[in-house]
Amino acid sequence: MAVQPDRKDGSGVRVEISGVSKTYRTARGERVHALDAVSLDLKAGEFVSIVGPSGCGKSTLMMLISGLIPASTGEIRVGGRPVAGPAPEAGIVFQRDLLLEWRTILANVLLPCEIKHQDRSRYTDKARHLLAMVGLGGFEEKYPSELSGGMRQRVAICRALVQEPGLLLMDEPFGALDALTREQMNLDLQRMWGEARNTVLFITHSIEEAVFLSDRVMIMSPRPGRILDVLAVGQERPRGAHTRSERRFAECIEHIRQLFQAQGILSEA
Amino acid sequence: MAAQATATVEREPRSARLRLWLSEQGLVVVLIIAVLLLWQFGTLWLKVPDFVLPTPLAILKKLLLEWHLLLANTWATTEEVLLGFGLSVVVGIPLAIGMVYSRVFDKVAGTFMVSLQTIPKVALAPIFVLWFGYALIPKVLVAFLIAFFPIVVSSTVGLRAVERDMIYLVQSMGATTLQTFVKIRLPRALPSIFGGLKVAIGQAVIGAVVGEFIAAQKGLGYLQLIANVHLDTPLLFAAVAVLSVLGVLLYNLVGLAEHLIIPWHHQITQRTE
Repeated sequence: MAVQPDRKDGSGVRVEISGVSKTYRTARGERVHALDAVSLDLKAGEFVSIVGPSGCGKSTLMMLISGLIPASTGEIRVGGRPVAGPAPEAGIVFQRDLLLEWRTILANVLLPCEIKHQDRSRYTDKARHLLAMVGLGGFEEKYPSELSGGMRQRVAICRALVQEPGLLLMDEPFGALDALTREQMNLDLQRMWGEARNTVLFITHSIEEAVFLSDRVMIMSPRPGRILDVLAVGQERPRGAHTRSERRFAECIEHIRQLFQAQGILSEA
Repeated sequence: MAAQATATVEREPRSARLRLWLSEQGLVVVLIIAVLLLWQFGTLWLKVPDFVLPTPLAILKKLLLEWHLLLANTWATTEEVLLGFGLSVVVGIPLAIGMVYSRVFDKVAGTFMVSLQTIPKVALAPIFVLWFGYALIPKVLVAFLIAFFPIVVSSTVGLRAVERDMIYLVQSMGATTLQTFVKIRLPRALPSIFGGLKVAIGQAVIGAVVGEFIAAQKGLGYLQLIANVHLDTPLLFAAVAVLSVLGVLLYNLVGLAEHLIIPWHHQITQRTE
């Protein structure tokens, strides 16, 4: 695997984004200015959320950081190295679980290892441990079709974490789940991240979710997306059910809400 | 750790499923018997001549009498069908792969295929006979030409049906194009490919018989021509009956292969019930 200069074992990598924008052409030939000169630094091991309205470019930003699409301008560095293609040290979770129906749960979690031609036995213990952490111990030999949506998404998260990536990118991973499952997943993710402590970039529509999970919240404007503000949440960890009833929580949410209202999103008219 | 509500699918006990299957098949059997009875007594009552519409009993008698003749010719047709089908799979699937991975190839092959489709294969059969004689090849070619189109179409649809996010996901894991194809695209496409195979096997039977009508010395289509000439309508119907049984048998063989190769597909379709 590639050398990662500033990464300690089990912790996250630094991410530096400077002056990054993205413009692309649609199939119809229209030019879409998706992202407008975004600059941000993620500290190693930090949990940062991006909150913004639909179409503001937050998913695009994540794809740029992952190296799967190139930026139009600016530079992105992950772990001190410039991003020039899909970064193997990043784990990704999308809104859809994208599990392979024809493989068992364990085989699904071990997919990244298989693709990199690594010895599966090295990672099998880790995979089982991750599955047990999310309450799926004993489900290793089942098939995805036998699991509910929430369970499948948990497997997807285990898959992203099995190689202990320095960076975890999550694009609205709980968006397709019902509200109760979503809250449970927030608690589960919080717990898993507490153990892994990689750098996380978490994209969401939900202000509450962003504030609950993150160290800092990046608030984006509508398209073309740029950063309106970055809020340091400043709440203690580990977070739990009690966190949502603390005053600081409500203050953060109110701050973000007002920013959106000023942009014309969430108007009361 | 929080207690997880299980959402595993519970399968009904085997006896319940078996009873359900039997009752469904039972309905079909009753229906078939009803039709046969109607046919038998209808033709007798209306005094329909034997050479226009024989009774089911007459057909059965002919089947039992001439079973080794029918069997020999069935084998000849089956050979043509399997070779034609096999060829269409061996040519059709790689063709589909090429069309999915290369825009240029897609345009060229696609145009060629569509124009080929509009030519009735019946019209091509005499040309094949001219070139290749009366033996196996013309029938195999006609069967192949009819069968390979559904395979190509269903395979390209299946291979293209991968979500973009899935491709992004495995690319982020560092997958090569070959890995993406073998581990993701191909398994994903198998249900669709098998759908095409099921259509194609029926088409291959049609193709083989059509080829035999044009030029043959054996086979069920050939037998039909002979029976026609001799006005031996029970034999004609017997040949048709055997042909349909052959078609059903081959179709179910493909279904069996599907069940063995992609058992996970049935689990999904069961879940949505």
